[in-house]
Amino acid sequence: MTIYLGIDLGSTTSKAIMIDEHGKIIGRGITNTRSDYNVAADIARMDAEFDSRFSLLRRRVASDSGNLEKWNSIFNQLESRFHYLQFAKRFEILSQAMFAHAKELEESKKDLTQKFCDVFPSIRNSVRDRFFNGEVSSSSEFFRDLFSAAFMQAIDQYDRATFDRLVAVYDRSINPVENQLVEFDFLELTSQAVRLLPEELAESRDQITRHLKEIGSVSLEPADYIGTGYGRQLLPFEKKHIKSEILCHALGAHDYFPNTRTVLDIGGQDTKAIQVDEHGLVTSFQMNDRCAAGCGRYLGYIADEMSISVSELGPMAMKADRETNICSTCTVFAGAELREHLNLGERKENVLAGLHLAIVQRAFALLARSGGARNEFTFTGGVARNQAVVKYVSGMARSNYGNLTINLHPDSIFMGALGAAIFCLQRK
Amino acid sequence: MSVQKENSMLKQKQMLADHFMALSQVQTTGKKVCYTFVPGNLTELITAFDMLPVYPEINSLQSGMRQKSRDFIREAEDVGYSEDVCSYVKCDIGMMLQGNIGPTDQQLPSPDILLLSYTGCFVFMKWFENLRHLYPKAEIAMLHIPYQADGKIEPSAVQYIKDQLLTEVIPKFEKVTGKKLNDTVLADCMSRSAAAEDLLINVFESAKHRPSPIDAYFGGVYYIGPIFTSFRGSQACVEYYEELWKEVQHRVANKLGPITPDGVIPEEKYRLVVEGPPNWTNFRDFWKLFYEHGAVFVGSTYTRVGGVYDYGFRHSPEDPLASLAEYCLGCYTNRNLPQRIELIEKFIDDCDADGLVINSIKSCNSFSAGQLAMMRDIEERRGIPVGFIETDLVDPRYYSYSNIKNRLDSFFQMLEQRKEFSARKAATV
Repeated sequence: MTIYLGIDLGSTTSKAIMIDEHGKIIGRGITNTRSDYNVAADIARMDAEFDSRFSLLRRRVASDSGNLEKWNSIFNQLESRFHYLQFAKRFEILSQAMFAHAKELEESKKDLTQKFCDVFPSIRNSVRDRFFNGEVSSSSEFFRDLFSAAFMQAIDQYDRATFDRLVAVYDRSINPVENQLVEFDFLELTSQAVRLLPEELAESRDQITRHLKEIGSVSLEPADYIGTGYGRQLLPFEKKHIKSEILCHALGAHDYFPNTRTVLDIGGQDTKAIQVDEHGLVTSFQMNDRCAAGCGRYLGYIADEMSISVSELGPMAMKADRETNICSTCTVFAGAELREHLNLGERKENVLAGLHLAIVQRAFALLARSGGARNEFTFTGGVARNQAVVKYVSGMARSNYGNLTINLHPDSIFMGALGAAIFCLQRK
Repeated sequence: MSVQKENSMLKQKQMLADHFMALSQVQTTGKKVCYTFVPGNLTELITAFDMLPVYPEINSLQSGMRQKSRDFIREAEDVGYSEDVCSYVKCDIGMMLQGNIGPTDQQLPSPDILLLSYTGCFVFMKWFENLRHLYPKAEIAMLHIPYQADGKIEPSAVQYIKDQLLTEVIPKFEKVTGKKLNDTVLADCMSRSAAAEDLLINVFESAKHRPSPIDAYFGGVYYIGPIFTSFRGSQACVEYYEELWKEVQHRVANKLGPITPDGVIPEEKYRLVVEGPPNWTNFRDFWKLFYEHGAVFVGSTYTRVGGVYDYGFRHSPEDPLASLAEYCLGCYTNRNLPQRIELIEKFIDDCDADGLVINSIKSCNSFSAGQLAMMRDIEERRGIPVGFIETDLVDPRYYSYSNIKNRLDSFFQMLEQRKEFSARKAATV
């Protein structure tokens, strides 16, 4: 099997896709982008490799014994445990760093370290339960998110001053830890994960273990690779291994939806409106490069302002009975407008709906600059996972440009990485 | 590294030095000074009255290239010009407020007359309104040029301009200079203009060769220097274009590409057409973003901003005033959008271009308004890639190297992708 690797280093998330010589996706990896872009790219690549091995393993085991549906369920449990074990190893490293930083604060070290000793087991257990219950989305909840959410909840019991000191230690520790690459041994970790499967799956465990060694040793060294995205120039790749994200997103979207003629990609801090021809070749594009008000960061800022997670924004906005009119075209001022509306007694769902609509209006202004939406219209990017954004994009696309076919795909966040991998395949 | 100097460049440099020297000496020579604008200018008429022209937008672009515009713009903003006002205007006003020291570090004389030949740029009118306050003693002549809304020059428009020349402009020139118009001198100027225009068109059309011997944008802005400013109609101007044409022919014969600040482009990889003025504050950086990719401009609309000769117009001694009227009417910014698209498509076809670049200028509505519609039209009709970038004329705050580079990287990869696709397609046939 020949492997081609595409890496999309976005401003918020880094994605990797592995495809085979037929262009079939065999693995996906995603992580949060961090200040060390190389680490982010390596983690995404490593996760794509693990995901590829699980795909191969799943196919092998299922082809042996049939009943793919049963195996899908078992593998979901297996992969959840695998990801939990990855979490646990990173958790160890972070907790050591937090103990070390706490000790540097001489006058309070005892007090702080004791509190960490008190809360760390519950954090680990609560996250483990979430993994084991299949409640963690590996494509949108990363180590940092999982730990910080559980940590904040666990230390909420303390007084404000203690809470702040504990958070300060976390803040000091998380970035250095996030910027170091933690290596994992697939065989070893999967073997451990297999042992964590429920007892009633004992027979299945044996079947998996029988194939594990072989799949673990399959070479997944890419024959070619391409890096793209916002941070592509910072990757330690030769020039020929770097491609523009415009072309990669277009190619990725065109691969999934060959009739695509317009791609709207709303990412973390850039929005791209791309026109493509029947071959997936870009004919023109527009992107924002002065203001991020129509992008994912806007949502991140609003989530921070409202002290909720980004993933809660869309569902909350979907409960609105109307959209509050948000006039600000600037993220920061929109935050002020949000507070003003809430102070005046407006429902937060309505304000959120208005904010989502505002983002989409900004994105559509860019789309209009690029030539508008043509049939078929494909919406991609991390923000395409937000159902309220999807609702307004679909509505506005149809009301502005007629009865278009609007393409959405659960893999929309991976379009850039997929396009990069396809570039490799095309030039083989 | 400095740009390799050819004889034509040295000649132009000397012409400019002589002109600014003459401007600095008007108090002793008694020559009168006419401030006017480049698009559709009346240089032959000004020269026939033995006046010296000053082009404020040329001073602004020179200030931009000499890294002085930031300071001049700040000066203008300090006295109340907003951030959104055209940066040419602010740069010029700022320069005047700081003593009107021109591009050669010599003081420019105050105008004896402000000639507003209004061709497609609304800002010109407001610009001269402000200059009138700065120079209350200057005579003012207004020449209204009707926009080519229907895409053609109507005889009535020519007559309308001729009438203005006869009743407004020439009488004021006569008043300022104390001289009567000498028809023979004007006709001679017109003949020399036509000779220079023939040569310039030869130079521009040389871009049809592969490799193109010229860069019709970054080199082109130097080539249009004499003809669009103070020298059209002069013998020196004709000689400059004779020299330039000789150099271009030499490059064609030797299959040499254009000369850049880093020497002759080793390989012409992409042939491009460009719409919009260049950025002046980072001119060489901006140029390098193209030539380092092997991109050569084979057609440029900006180099038609003074006047369009591509469809056969030449200044004519037969009916000089009608000819001047047609020249004013035909300049690029006075043409409607379909005409501008037609010119761009002519460049694309004539020179077999791979792509179009639009440099949208924050300051310049005359150019920028409608560019997105033009882009869509050309993209749909020609199916060639279009790259859209945004800079400014002389305000360095609006030149973002990384943003431009990011967009251009994508654009060049679009061109490359297309070439690779064509090669793959050819291989499978």
